[in-house]
Amino acid sequence: MSETPTAQAFIDHSLRLAQIANPESAIVHFNDPLPLDCGAELSPFSTAYKTYGTLNAEKSNLVLVCHALTGDQHVANLHPVTGKPGWWETMVGPGKPIDTDRYFVLCPNVIGGCMGSTGPSSLNPATGIPYGPDFPVITVRDMVRAQARLLDHLGIPDVLCVLGGSMGGMQVLEWAATYKDRVFSAVPIACAARHSSQNIAFHEVGRQAVMADPEWCQGRYLEEGKSPRKGLAVARMAAHITYLSDAALHQKFGRNLQDREKVAFGFDADFQVESYLRYQGVSFVDRFDANSYLYITRAMDYFDIAADHGGVLANAFAGTRTRFCLVSFTSDWLFPTEESREIVHALNAVAAKVSFVEIKSDKGHDAFLLHEPELFDTIRGFLSAAARKRGIL
Amino acid sequence: MNLTTPSHAVRAADTSRVDLLLIAEMVSANARVLDIGCGDGTLLRLLAEKRGVDGRGIELSQAGVNSCVAQGLAVIQGDADTDLVYYPDLAFDFAILSQTIQATYSPRHVLEQLLRIGKRAVVSFPNFGHWRVRTQLLFGGKMPKTDNLPDRWYDTPNIHLCTIKDFLDLCSDVGAKVERTVALNASGSKLGLSMPLFAQNLFGEQAVFLLSR
Repeated sequence: MSETPTAQAFIDHSLRLAQIANPESAIVHFNDPLPLDCGAELSPFSTAYKTYGTLNAEKSNLVLVCHALTGDQHVANLHPVTGKPGWWETMVGPGKPIDTDRYFVLCPNVIGGCMGSTGPSSLNPATGIPYGPDFPVITVRDMVRAQARLLDHLGIPDVLCVLGGSMGGMQVLEWAATYKDRVFSAVPIACAARHSSQNIAFHEVGRQAVMADPEWCQGRYLEEGKSPRKGLAVARMAAHITYLSDAALHQKFGRNLQDREKVAFGFDADFQVESYLRYQGVSFVDRFDANSYLYITRAMDYFDIAADHGGVLANAFAGTRTRFCLVSFTSDWLFPTEESREIVHALNAVAAKVSFVEIKSDKGHDAFLLHEPELFDTIRGFLSAAARKRGIL
Repeated sequence: MNLTTPSHAVRAADTSRVDLLLIAEMVSANARVLDIGCGDGTLLRLLAEKRGVDGRGIELSQAGVNSCVAQGLAVIQGDADTDLVYYPDLAFDFAILSQTIQATYSPRHVLEQLLRIGKRAVVSFPNFGHWRVRTQLLFGGKMPKTDNLPDRWYDTPNIHLCTIKDFLDLCSDVGAKVERTVALNASGSKLGLSMPLFAQNLFGEQAVFLLSR
């Protein structure tokens, strides 16, 4: 890990900060307050979003894509900060499984994020300085509530399909539970109905790493002109391990050494896997805000749909007419198949129309972002069937 | 249940698919249907096309499930032995178990679940009382292999084979009402309804039952 930020990092940093107030995407400012689960409200608030494809005359072809913890609205275009392809470019585009020639694809940046939607790095209207630690704690349901407001603003009554992986999948479940009449079909991928104890534990390690960095400044680093780069990079390194699998790491790196013939008897990155993780950590801090990381991981920790419905998961979906398709991956130990199966059983209990596919992959949790032909076939098939059912050709 | 899909094996061997057409005949139009052991979705597709049913499926093999979902069918990966308990009472008009019961670990439990979650149950299976099966064992002294039962004893997914009479005993044990029985001969034609039970059990290669509580 480089000790001093490079010139390139400074450029990235300013590029990233520019996205907070002036994202390179559409943005809507809402003056009506957004009530939050914690009891506070966000007012005013903004949602930045990207769209692909065209909304049809009946407004019936909206596909809502929900991004994961460190994702953003840049699904299928070059990322304005990193210059890299969008995070789901393999999935979304003309002729792709989520075919932008047929569907109108919308992806909003979640509230709490750092790519234009209101989050801890946005200016607090009460003080004129960034919220920092004064930002209210948000939940997945709050994120979804903000998205529903965006749909209202765009004049789109309901969604043909809402899809997402990981935290995106949590939003999908929340959409299906909270806005039953607005969701024709739903695809929660590699997720769970509640965040497990182990996952909360990993998040806590990440947050403690950020908060242990003196440059975090009790969350007021933006005012201080600092950035807890080291803490956030460590958080990302730890989290990144959970997105992979033992087999994937072994295949990719084994015990191979980095640019050397033998171990150096020191603490440099002797092993390729160390070098890889350090790179993941450093490149992450160039595009993500440390406080956003704290707030969004917290939102995931609080996620427990059953608890919100009297402790019975099936109650969350009682009376649903939504068509569901759940997807899990065999080597995902962050959101193992059993978690998806639990949702399937709850949906069976309310006689919901549900499909469930477990995809064999050794790529771990990250598989949903990678080239997985079976995932593509599943989504293409499920989405086409939903569209046909809705009369979209 | 075994890793191979019994319905695949049996359906692949079944050239005429008459049992599927017969099942489709028994299912009322626009009904809510659960097909347990739905394989690659052949029956679900047939039911959707011919009867306009609202169909769901459970299939053990991942390949089967993935192919169904890619075709737009509502199918989950699951096991008839363990996963039927998650469905509420009378969730479906018809619960169908086509060429699968003989491959379940606990056929009695599965049948009871079928009758709990469906207003009616349709069960089809290869009849082990068929004369060819009997004669192979009697004269050959080896486990029978037929078009409907193509596997060798050590690689067959069928661990609970039964005859038509056996199945009727089970129906009476679990209190199932037999509304209709159809036995099919080797060429897939229905045996005469007037045929006595012993003859159906001797000449029927497959049987299809319509049951209710």
